[in-house]
Amino acid sequence: MSDRQTVGDILAQRGVSRRAILKYAAWLASAMALPPSASKAIAQSLAAARRQSVVWLSFQECTGCTESLTRSFSPSLEEMIFNLISLDYHETLMAVSGHAAEEARLKAMEENKGKYVVVVDGSVPLKDDGVYSANAGKTNLQTLQETAKDALAIISVGTCAAYGGIPGARPNPTGAVSVGEIIKDKPVINIPGCPPIAEAIAGTVAYLVTFGKVPDLDHLGRPKAFFGDTIHDRCYRRPFYDKGLFAKSFDDEGARNGWCLYEVGCKGPVTYNACATLKWNGGVSFPIQSGHGCIGCSEPHFWDKGSFYQPLSTAMPGMGAGIAAGAAAGVALGAGAAWLARRRQVAYSQQTSKKEGA
Amino acid sequence: MDLLDFARGPALYFALAVFALGTLWRLLGILLLPWGLIRSPAREGSPSPFSSALKGIVVKLWPHKEFMAGGFFTFINGYIFHLGLAIVVFLFVPHILFIKNLFGISWPGLPSNVIYAVGVITAVSLIAAIANRMTSPVLRLISRVDDYISWVMTFLPVLTGLLAVSHLGARYETLIALHILSVAAFFVWFPFGKLMHAFLFVFSRAMTGVRFGHRGAQL
Repeated sequence: MSDRQTVGDILAQRGVSRRAILKYAAWLASAMALPPSASKAIAQSLAAARRQSVVWLSFQECTGCTESLTRSFSPSLEEMIFNLISLDYHETLMAVSGHAAEEARLKAMEENKGKYVVVVDGSVPLKDDGVYSANAGKTNLQTLQETAKDALAIISVGTCAAYGGIPGARPNPTGAVSVGEIIKDKPVINIPGCPPIAEAIAGTVAYLVTFGKVPDLDHLGRPKAFFGDTIHDRCYRRPFYDKGLFAKSFDDEGARNGWCLYEVGCKGPVTYNACATLKWNGGVSFPIQSGHGCIGCSEPHFWDKGSFYQPLSTAMPGMGAGIAAGAAAGVALGAGAAWLARRRQVAYSQQTSKKEGA
Repeated sequence: MDLLDFARGPALYFALAVFALGTLWRLLGILLLPWGLIRSPAREGSPSPFSSALKGIVVKLWPHKEFMAGGFFTFINGYIFHLGLAIVVFLFVPHILFIKNLFGISWPGLPSNVIYAVGVITAVSLIAAIANRMTSPVLRLISRVDDYISWVMTFLPVLTGLLAVSHLGARYETLIALHILSVAAFFVWFPFGKLMHAFLFVFSRAMTGVRFGHRGAQL
């Protein structure tokens, strides 16, 4: 396959019709809240664009993010995204290994200097010179710095790459950090989630290819198109929250009736993601629809925010001792104050009696 | 640690510890004082101290008719925001869950929309209360800094709660963190200012009843 071919040429060769490209462009425009007129421009740009060179780096991760994208129930979307990009390096998916694999990465970087996109899944360990995760004789930190140096942009896929994720959870034995904490001189787009939604990954890459720029991001570096609303605000169970109808356990009448899962710990009110709208497995379902509360996996440090099953409005665990100490001190102070007052009273009475006697 | 974690964690721990310390200190400091200090003999035919205390608590729930004309607004408005606060604090499900987490007891709540409506009425009533305090020459004269701080500490949780529910002004997680922080400030201030009347009004009214009854005065 020639690198000079456009996406349109490649899609035509594979029998993808212009209508299919238009449908995909319309989906992308809709998913990213772009005006309807943008879909035609997207279709034209996509057809004329060269395939985007992508170097995919896997660090401290579980491969769930890659699974999310490749096991998507949207084969057309999956095909589309792999037709849009030239995945020049991906340790999990690539056929070659060893030096040949490293050469592929270096070649892609050289040939597309300043234009390639780096996708990272997994956090980067920094403790003990980063020895806890390395490949090809290089630590993740070295590989990231070397690869990001001439990149157009970096996409941190998954909560580990975006915010440190589970490897970065307390006590963080490997000193894991996010990509954004290391790369400061390039645009870093975060697509968090454990794993992230395939459509959010694909849509962001497609936006980058189509428009050649970074989409609007929120303060945590997430595309607003996919992370602009909380799960709670878009949840189909929201009316039950408003009515005060809650499941109190996972097998009570409320749970069977599909009532709100706030009382069993749903973190939907403080979690920004598109799960409730795009859903999973081709729009079939999402965790809340399957009967489990949102665990807030697209938010920083979600693993360290107390139990998944503790309601959001309760205090974090560990305050019992402080309150007990405060109460004990209060009892001691109150009893002491009363004792002093009684002593003063007795002294005053004795003084008064003496005066009256005299 | 983000703002919400700080609010749900250290800020709330500190506030509740101070609340427990201060409230028990003041309550025990008063309740452990000697009882029955009235040395004079009771007026003949006067009711028992217990019934006088009960009468003092109940009768003072409503003003004498001669005070109604001048104080009607203060009394009615006082009832509105006190009942409103009680409904919002004790019948909103997330608040019930907070209490359940602390003490292990819970009860049914009201729909969120009802709580929201009551919250708006409470906020308006609180604004009316402070406006009345600041415009009435007599009230202004007898008001101290404590009165104004206590009002702020009561109003802020209501305001931030309403903003959080309506998603107005900032992101939800920021608003809910500010709401919890304002509640933490309320807990810290509670034992040391006039908010303590939530506990002390029972004892002060009871004592008034006992003293009046002892002298044979009409309550």
